[in-house]
This record gives sequence, C-alpha cells and structure tokens, in this order.
Amino acid sequence: MTDKLYVSPSPHLRSGETTRRLMLDVIIALIPALVAAVIIFGPRALLIVSVTVLSCVLSEYLARKIMKRDTTIGDLSAVVTGILLAYNLPVGINPLIAAFGGVVAIVVVKQMFGGIGMNFVNPALTARIVLMASFPTQMSTWSEPFYYLKGSADAVTTATPLPSLVKGDEVPSLFHLFMGLRGGCLGEVCAAALLLGGIYLVARRVISPVIPLCFLGTVALFTLLLGQNPLYHLLTGGVLLGAIFMATDYTTSPLTFAGKIVFGIGCGLITTLIRVFGALPEGVSYSIILMNILVPHIERITRPVPFGERRRRHEKD
Amino acid sequence: MADKTATTQEKQADKKQGGLLSVFTKGIVKENPVLRLVLGTCPTLAITTAASNAIGMGIAATLVLVCSNAVISLLRRVIPDKVRIPAYITIIAGFVTIVQMLVKAYAPDIDQALGIYLPLIVVNCIILGRAEMYASKNSVLPSMLDGLGMGIGFTAALLLMGIIREFLGTGCIFGMPLTAGIVEPILIFILPPGGFFVFGMLMALANKLSAKLSGESRPAAGVGCSACPMAAHCSKQAQEKGPSACPSAAAPEKEGGDKQ
Repeated sequence: MTDKLYVSPSPHLRSGETTRRLMLDVIIALIPALVAAVIIFGPRALLIVSVTVLSCVLSEYLARKIMKRDTTIGDLSAVVTGILLAYNLPVGINPLIAAFGGVVAIVVVKQMFGGIGMNFVNPALTARIVLMASFPTQMSTWSEPFYYLKGSADAVTTATPLPSLVKGDEVPSLFHLFMGLRGGCLGEVCAAALLLGGIYLVARRVISPVIPLCFLGTVALFTLLLGQNPLYHLLTGGVLLGAIFMATDYTTSPLTFAGKIVFGIGCGLITTLIRVFGALPEGVSYSIILMNILVPHIERITRPVPFGERRRRHEKD
Repeated sequence: MADKTATTQEKQADKKQGGLLSVFTKGIVKENPVLRLVLGTCPTLAITTAASNAIGMGIAATLVLVCSNAVISLLRRVIPDKVRIPAYITIIAGFVTIVQMLVKAYAPDIDQALGIYLPLIVVNCIILGRAEMYASKNSVLPSMLDGLGMGIGFTAALLLMGIIREFLGTGCIFGMPLTAGIVEPILIFILPPGGFFVFGMLMALANKLSAKLSGESRPAAGVGCSACPMAAHCSKQAQEKGPSACPSAAAPEKEGGDKQ
C-alpha cells in the first residue's frame, strides 16, 4: 500500500512519504524502549511484544479478508499498534490475554470503523482499557525489575511508584525512574529510551513536538500547582509513552497547530486530575481517549480560514 | 351491522398481510422488536448480564404484551383517539402490576435480579408500540398473536444476549460454570460497554438475516421510509395523508417549495 498522506490542512505539498515509511520510523523510534524492556524485565518482554504484534497483524489480515477488502498489513500500522499495545501491558500478563487485546485493537477499534485513518480513538489504548476492565487483577500485577535474574520462576510483584507518589510514601530516586528501574508496564518504564525515540521522531519530522510538549508541560505545571513534585510525575506512569507515541497518532489527533495545543493541554489536564484526585492510579490512557473523542470539535473550532482572512462571525461558509 | 362490516374488512386486511401465521412470525426475526425495531433497549442492555434474567424479563413482558394487546384491541372502538396513550398506559400498568405481584410471590429471586426493570415494563416501548401500531387497528386474535410473536422475539433476543454475555463475562451459562479454571472470563462483557457491543453485533446479524429471508442481496441502505422495518404498517398511513405524512420524505419537498 502506498497511500498518499494528508496530515495537514490545505494547502498541500506533495511528498514521497508513504504510510509504510512513516510506520517504519515509528517502529525504529520504539526500539530503544523495547531493548530497555528486555533488559529490565527479561526475555518475557520480547514474548509479549511478539504475541501482540502477531495477533494484530493476523487479525488485520483476516478482518480485511472477511470484509472482502484489500489487505493492508503491508503498511506496518498493525505492527505499530501491536508494539504499542504490548508496551501498555505488565510483563507478567497471560499471553492469551495479550493476544485478545490485539484482536480488540485491530478488529473492533480499527477495522470495524473502516481501517487505517478511520478509527476515531487510539486502537492500542482502547484495547488496554478493555483489558483493564476485563482482567483487573492481571492488568495491575507488576513485576519487579530484574526479577528474572533472581532465579525464582514466579515473578516478584511490586507496586508502581505512582500511587505511593500521590500518597506521599517513599519512591525510587529520580535516576532510577529515568533509567526505568521500577515496576510498571513493559514499555513505559524507561524514560531515557522513550525520550530517545521521541527525539528521533521529531528529528525525522514524523511527529510535531507540539502535542507532547503541551501534554508534558501541562502535567508538570498542574502537579506543581497541586504541591507535588512535577519531575516525579513526568517520569512515572505512562505519561511519556502516551505523550510521545499515542497522543501524536495522526488519525486521532488534531491537524491544526492551535488544535494540537488544545489537545495536548486537555490530555495533560485530565491525566493530572485522574492521578491526583481520581480513584485510578494512572489516567494517561483515559485522558488520551477522551481527547480523541473531542478531536472533531477541536478541529472545527481551530479550522484555518482561507487566505488567512478574518471573517465576521455571522457570515456563513 | 356497522361493526360486522368493519371486522370483515379487517379480516381482509389481515389476509392481505399474509395471514395469521405471518402476523405471529414476523416479530421473531423480520420485525424483531429489539434487534430490528430497536425498541425496549433499556431493559435489553440492563438485565442481560445473565441468561436467567433474560428469560424472566422476556416471559413477564410477553405476558403483559399479549394481555394488553387483547384488551386494547377489544376496547379500540371505545377509547377516544385523543386520550388513547393514557388509556393504553393505564391498561398496561394494570397488567404489569399483576405480573409484578405474581413474580414477587412465586419467583422472588427473579424479582430481586430484575429490580426496577420489572415495574418499568409499563413504559416499555415495545408494548406501547404494539398497542399503537397494531392492537388499536386490528381484531383480538391477530392482536394477541402479534403480541405473542413480538414477545417471543423479545425473549429470544434477550436470551441470546444473556447467554453470550454470561458465557463470555463469567464463564457460566444459567449459573453453571463451564470454563472455570480453563480460561479466565472476559469481565467487560457483563459490564455496560460489553452489553452495547453484543447488542450492536446481534443487530448487524439480524439485519443480514432478515435481508436474506426477504430475498434481498444486502440489507436495505439509506434513511428513507423504504429502509424502515415498519414500512409495511406505515405505508397505508403515508398514502392517506400524502407524502408529507413521513417527515423524512417531506423535508426535501419543503425546501423546493421555498425556492419557488
């Protein structure tokens, strides 16, 4: 598939970019986090990633086949969804559950709404939320970093730093958090690797830094205002993974500059509110999904005016 | 005398629609109240977390539906047109009260499980809908058959949803554990989002099935009167009052008129 890409409001310039090349860049950007996950959580991390990728690609192929449409697995978007889904799961999860998540992401969220470019919410995050609602215990049993080196077959469970942070209990040092030496989802733990991937994406101009910066900035500002340490809040939970890789998804984020700012601030605000006041420990996935749903409205408000002309309100289009 | 001629006319109308059998069977798939007419959605989504609830609700609603259809059909010439809805509601409420007392007395478990949704049968759109669409225009026997068919269609849809949701969400069917210890149940199916998902899937299936039954290659598309599963009853009204009887058909004409 070499679909032309239109990721900005008009006027459009033609470029040789294809979906495939773009997705390849995202996969490259996700590799540091994968390496970090394998080092921190052992080979099982690789197993979970393979299971979700395989499940996503297979369900995309079968869904397209059953619906009698062209197969689209060549554009690698299902691979990206698979990797992102795995990054949102704890390492100790039953592989069958991970595979079910892949089916939900691709069949229910993506293909039932028309395939790539048509889904109105992020497939990987929606699958994560479905799994959270379906398997609450499995989805919140976290393994300790380097548990696989300690010899015991069972994963040693640990708490994630986020609930302790909000409660004011002891948390790992900032350096530990930055390098990812903490409990948490597969791909979210290592901040250094995620930032590396984010810098690559921005340098390759795959994503614009507006949404991540607004998202992270809002989280920092509001946690500071609420009397918490903003650096801890940025380095724990899934906020980096969400801001860099999930909130910047073309299909489900606004195209306009002003829209991106609104989107990023909204994500950050909801994340902070859920983290500090909500019953759930982490709110990144819910905040991004909620803002995804608002995207058409944000775009309608921030739609650019032809020739930059200022129009009076009562004039009709 | 006038009454008799009226009934013979109605009988002829029944025969035109394909006889008593089709009056009874149309509610099961082709005009299934839940999956095709999309009525009674609230109890459908709320109580189908278990198959036994679905049967309890289905039987209770069917009983009310048959009785209220019969009584409304009997009284169709007595009830003044202007106050017909309050009159129907009163009749339906009477039967719901009877059913509720019976369920409370003989099946307290089901009463507990259905909770507020049992008395809420009073405002169930299916029952009011059949009173308005069918029982108020037809004689007693076809009205009762129509009620029974619609009730069975309602019960079947609820049961199907209940079985699917209970099996996937808890690993049981009718409370009997089937997959315990083998596969972990997918909890979301007994939560509201799972209910909406199963509902949507079954609706798609019923659309396809009813298109197949009526010999069309694919489900009727569009938003006009022709796509409506109730078109059979409605077309008569539309003819009487002209094309403006149907709001969707009237809209473009109005626009044209404005331009002139």
